[in-house]
Amino acid sequence: MNIPSDLKYTNDHEWIRVEGNIGTIGITEYAQGELGDVVFVDIDPNLSSLTAGANFGTIEAVKTVSELLAPVSGKVVELNSKLTDSPETINADPYGEGWMVKVELSNPSELDTLLDSESYKTLIGQ
Amino acid sequence: MSKKTAFYEIHKSYNAKIVEFAGYEMPIQYSSIIAEHKAVRNAVGVFDVSHMGEVFIRGEKALDFVQEITTNDASKLTPGRVQYSAMCYPDGGIVDDLLVYCVSNEEYMLVVNASNLEKDFSWMNVNNSFGVEIVNESDEYSLLAVQGPDSKNVIQKITDQDVNLEYYHFMKAKVAGVDMILSRTGYTGELGYELYFKGDEAAAKQVWDALFEAGKEFNIQPVGLGARDSLRLEMGFCLYGNDIDQTTNPLEAGLGWITKLSKKSFIGKESILKVKEEGLKRKLIPLLIDDKAFPRHGYEVVANGKKVGVVTSGTVSPILEKGIALAYVETEYAVEKSVINLLIRGKEVPSTVVRLPFLTR
Repeated sequence: MNIPSDLKYTNDHEWIRVEGNIGTIGITEYAQGELGDVVFVDIDPNLSSLTAGANFGTIEAVKTVSELLAPVSGKVVELNSKLTDSPETINADPYGEGWMVKVELSNPSELDTLLDSESYKTLIGQ
Repeated sequence: MSKKTAFYEIHKSYNAKIVEFAGYEMPIQYSSIIAEHKAVRNAVGVFDVSHMGEVFIRGEKALDFVQEITTNDASKLTPGRVQYSAMCYPDGGIVDDLLVYCVSNEEYMLVVNASNLEKDFSWMNVNNSFGVEIVNESDEYSLLAVQGPDSKNVIQKITDQDVNLEYYHFMKAKVAGVDMILSRTGYTGELGYELYFKGDEAAAKQVWDALFEAGKEFNIQPVGLGARDSLRLEMGFCLYGNDIDQTTNPLEAGLGWITKLSKKSFIGKESILKVKEEGLKRKLIPLLIDDKAFPRHGYEVVANGKKVGVVTSGTVSPILEKGIALAYVETEYAVEKSVINLLIRGKEVPSTVVRLPFLTR
């Protein structure tokens, strides 16, 4: 199971990669495996901000639907438009092409409340 | 402690995702539900469904017993034929849906849902006023479903017998060197066979390996319970526990065709007759959603701002790439081609009442 050490994780299986003041958010390899084939990512195209811990969309797989919860707060700077036509990218490349949203962090100290890769490994029993 | 089928180690060797289902450790998917689903629609797939229950009814009055506990007319069966049927409670609620195999006039095999096996077995015993022998042989039988347009070609390669079974017929056959009941049945809507056989893990492996060797040229795939569910829903087949249960009667579930009210008697007949006379209060209907919104079990059906029904099964159809659902709605809303709304996470999403199956070819 790929759990990159340079990312931070939530208890709900989202990851965030921070570069400068910008955070890129997606779901983990474990999460995509549990969901199975992703068929639709429902994020409001007009989404302007995230609030840490709050729902920012849903992800639909064949068997089930799951909420997306924001790891941090901030202003949305970009949504991954590729997911509209190719939601299966999340299964194929969850940490790369399968990213979902980029935000400008409004409260970087929120990052301290997230899990590092070792803690996330423990969470999913790896 | 959940049970394992004779194929458990094989599933592990494929790295299948295993979940507990009806007390068994069962593969829900091997690689991808969509890929497995398409393998069955386009070529051939193999399902381990050994968790299903096999109950044998033996004795002089076997037919009388089967007639009394099931809704369909088992007297129409001759040896080698299969019938889809249901068992009802006196109030018309459904105990289970099942397949009735006529082995001989004095022997029937009833194939029931794994999750209902214990309940069904005791229900049969409670209603045995016919002196028949009721034997639960579920633990002895393995069951593989081989489904898809290439299924016949695969099976023909590993048996000396001529596989020319009509739909809902079966025969005793030796396949892959193992004695079995070979039945042209399935839960996918495709050409397909179900293979019932006894034996240990070695026998199970022998059959599995022979199928996959023979099926190599057709790109045969193992298929899990996830695709089994999406395949059956594309055809609109009912799933016990979702679309039918003890609170639903066969008429509202669209199972009038297996409910033979002309039969002299069967458990539930009076109540079902009464339902028919009074008219149905609700109906199970198929709904198709054009938006990128997918219905799920438990979602509400709404009209004019009020709840008029509930989704019992819903998914995205891997073939149509649209949301499909079965839902109970108040009878006045069960109008084909009409548009009715589903409440999906607080939003009303329009869906069209269609005709089954969702998938037509």
